[in-house]
Amino acid sequence: KERIAKERVEMPEVPPMVRSKSQTTEVNKGLTKEMAVEEAKRCMDCANPTCIDGCPVGINIPKFIKHIENEEPLKAIATLKESSALPAACGRVCPQEKQCEANCFYTLKLNKPAVAIGHLERYAADYENNSDEKVVQEVAPSNGIKVGVVGSGPSGLAFAGDMVKFGYDVTVFEALHEIGGVLKYGIPEFRLPNSLVDVEIESLKRMGVKFETNFIVGQTQTIEQLREQGFKSFYVASGAGLPRFMNIPGENVNGVLSANEYLTRVNLMFAGSAEADTPVIKGKNVAVIGGGNTAMDAVRTAIRMGAENAMIIYRRSLEQLPARAEEVHHAKQEGVFFNTLKNPIEFLHESGKLNAVKVQHMELGEPDASGRRRPIPIEGKTEIIPIDVAIMAIGVSPNPIIPNSVKGLDISKWGTIEVSEETRQSSVEDIYAGGDIVRGGATVILAMGDGRDAAASMHKKLQAEMNN
Amino acid sequence: MNKIVKKEKLAERIYRLEVEAPLIAASRKAGNFIIARTGKLGERIPLTVVDSDLDKGTITLVVQEMGVSSKKICALNEGEYITDLVGPLGRPTDIKKVGTILACAGGLGAAPMLPIIKAFKEAGNRVITILAARSKDLLILKEELAANSDEFIIMTDDGTEGKKGLITVGMEEVIAREKIDECIAVGPGVMMKFCALTTKKHNIPTMVSLNAIMVDGTGMCGACRVTVGDETKFTCVDGPEFDAHKIDFDEFLLRLGGYKDQENVLLENFEKSCKLK
Ligand SMILES: Cc1cc2nc3c(=O)[nH]c(=O)nc-3n(C[C@H](O)[C@H](O)[C@H](O)COP(=O)(O)OP(=O)(O)OC[C@H]3O[C@@H](n4cnc5c(N)ncnc54)[C@H](O)[C@@H]3O)c2cc1C
Ligand SMILES: Cc1cc2nc3c(=O)[nH]c(=O)nc-3n(C[C@H](O)[C@H](O)[C@H](O)COP(=O)(O)OP(=O)(O)OC[C@H]3O[C@@H](n4cnc5c(N)ncnc54)[C@H](O)[C@@H]3O)c2cc1C
Ligand code: SF4
Ligand code: SF4
Ligand code: FES
Ligand SMILES: [Mg+2]
Repeated sequence: KERIAKERVEMPEVPPMVRSKSQTTEVNKGLTKEMAVEEAKRCMDCANPTCIDGCPVGINIPKFIKHIENEEPLKAIATLKESSALPAACGRVCPQEKQCEANCFYTLKLNKPAVAIGHLERYAADYENNSDEKVVQEVAPSNGIKVGVVGSGPSGLAFAGDMVKFGYDVTVFEALHEIGGVLKYGIPEFRLPNSLVDVEIESLKRMGVKFETNFIVGQTQTIEQLREQGFKSFYVASGAGLPRFMNIPGENVNGVLSANEYLTRVNLMFAGSAEADTPVIKGKNVAVIGGGNTAMDAVRTAIRMGAENAMIIYRRSLEQLPARAEEVHHAKQEGVFFNTLKNPIEFLHESGKLNAVKVQHMELGEPDASGRRRPIPIEGKTEIIPIDVAIMAIGVSPNPIIPNSVKGLDISKWGTIEVSEETRQSSVEDIYAGGDIVRGGATVILAMGDGRDAAASMHKKLQAEMNN
Repeated sequence: MNKIVKKEKLAERIYRLEVEAPLIAASRKAGNFIIARTGKLGERIPLTVVDSDLDKGTITLVVQEMGVSSKKICALNEGEYITDLVGPLGRPTDIKKVGTILACAGGLGAAPMLPIIKAFKEAGNRVITILAARSKDLLILKEELAANSDEFIIMTDDGTEGKKGLITVGMEEVIAREKIDECIAVGPGVMMKFCALTTKKHNIPTMVSLNAIMVDGTGMCGACRVTVGDETKFTCVDGPEFDAHKIDFDEFLLRLGGYKDQENVLLENFEKSCKLK
């Protein structure tokens, strides 16, 4: 009961005025040991830990928190790594308030702030990264069987990690020049430092995973050619990287761009830093269209690039923003204006250069299929907002390269690869798939979970074949 | 890392590079391009695969110095490396036997044109090639283009070599004298626009290869979008070749200049730093 009386720990942050001037300063500073232990003490080690039901990969949450309480963070990280491939990332980017923390006893029964599961997860992961002691990962003796991974995002990396531990000869093929997928080119440094992803990549390399960057499976070589080179099976984790646009007038004028283009220029190509060769438009008045994590990342990046006014234009209301609560909170602190219940209908320009967006005012109607109240236009109410950059963050579609280049692959009408829920196997026997290419846009933890499930299932099948 | 095994100057500011890239050499087709990046903070820029040598495992690039990124590639010497090279990208040219092809190459467009006419010639077409440039010293790949054409015409704006006049003048002459089944135009945006207008008058199906601004080259960013008919297409995955008569060239030309201000600043800084060295 004395546990219940404690207040939830506050994550220390770099002040908005300071951090909003730097593309690389991480916003959250992380918990100190004392804070972590205090927060861990709030966990009631419930007999029926409902929090675990909220975690897509079923991390044994009370167990890892208990280790932190006992001041044994390395044991905590060992527990985390039983289920998650990259706790340092998930502790930072999981939508905890919708997952584990939404199902915490505190949230469900006490109507109090949940145990800060995400912050504690990050604490344990950072402790390991900053210490010389590491949780040793056991690698089985090599079985010489070659497996290929398409895409080096979280899903591909999680799959590769498990397969190399089972003893396979794993090669990850990546189209870009960098390893990490969205973790590198999408999610900005101020939320998830690249160095954390690199630690994981280095550890995979040490375990024997091979990486082929600048290699587009289906174009540089086909799956068929890789089969001929002895690859026995494949895991496709090629993501949902294709940006959507609204198909409204003026959308192709200069100054309107996709969040993918904007974030890739800044995060992958380092545009904006003095030494980089890639240009980026630094707008004064920037509008980001959309309300998800991508939109928050884009608008906060624009602030860091020197925008005087940065706004979110979203067609529903503030309460319905799909982004992580923490990102919305941080964005507000940094001065982002949330222009909700507005929907762009035209981009206006002068000599091909964006100078304004015309928006339709919306109101909320009846709930739609997703249970959210549907935004409907208010007849005749429009407005013209002067802007010089518009960033479209209204969603992505599955990457079509693999679906188009492999015969016999069952594809859904949304362009995602169809797999068996149980085995992650596609309609082509030696091809498994997971992450955004299957889910059409999900979360880092789900993508990693798929990778691990696919590894277990592929391992089982290949083992059975070997024993025959 | 891809090694430059041979480098040759073709004209002022234009170089031919032979680069090790065995997998791309084996899989590339006419019309494909690659994306190259030089240096750890380098930019990703698209370049056409002009030729390949399967035995040596090399591809040929022809690069014109424009701004920072092309200058950096052109500054590399034999034995040095391009940091990243990925491909082949884009849809290959739709090669078929149609009869007589009129190939219109402007300036650097000669480079992308070479693999295209080679393939059309191999498919049994009669190929008439017009190579045009502002002036004599900007004409590149003359021998190679001539060797792969049934008829080869040179035009310069200033009359320093071949016929004097714009490429469209040469086109009109050919079209007046014989039946052209298909036209291909590759070159500066404005030139392609006027080639398209010319063939439209005569109802000749025409294809152009667009040099839109790109970042990833795999459909991920939409920087390369172009309006074709009433649809938005991504040049890197839906092109780079499109039906010339359906393209919104004015929009395309505006988009080519979309980063001009920033590019100029980058180039200025780059040239300053070169002088310091
Ligand atoms: C800006 C942004 C912010 C986000 N924020 C969050 C967040 O806060 N929390 C959260 O949980 N999720 C977030 N997400 C979603 C999350 O990042 C994705 O769900 C996750 O990255 C999907 O992982 P993946 O491995 O399936 O694909 P990706 O991470 O997309 O990786 C796919 C990789 O495959 C490569 N590839 C594609 N085709 C080929 C090919 N043919 N050959 C070789 N390589 C290929 C691509 O280049 C890419 O590197 C965010 C996404 C974005 C874009
Ligand atoms: C499919 C395709 C094939 C191409 N093939 C060749 C080739 O074989 N040889 C060759 O010399 N050039 C080719 N180009 C053009 C070449 O990519 C540009 O000249 C180069 O990117 C200029 O970069 P820069 O930094 O040197 O110049 P900058 O000063 O940065 O730019 C000069 C101009 O080049 C264009 N440009 C700039 N950045 C890009 C970019 N990332 N992608 C495309 N265009 C850009 C813009 O119109 C810009 O105004 C091709 C372009 C495309 C799309
Ligand atoms: S992985 Fe995500 S959902 Fe699971 S416990 Fe960690 S933060 Fe919560
Ligand atoms: S539900 Fe909350 S209090 Fe209970 S075990 Fe899980 S984290 Fe601890
Ligand atoms: S270059 Fe990014 S989509 Fe074409
Ligand atoms: Mg440039």
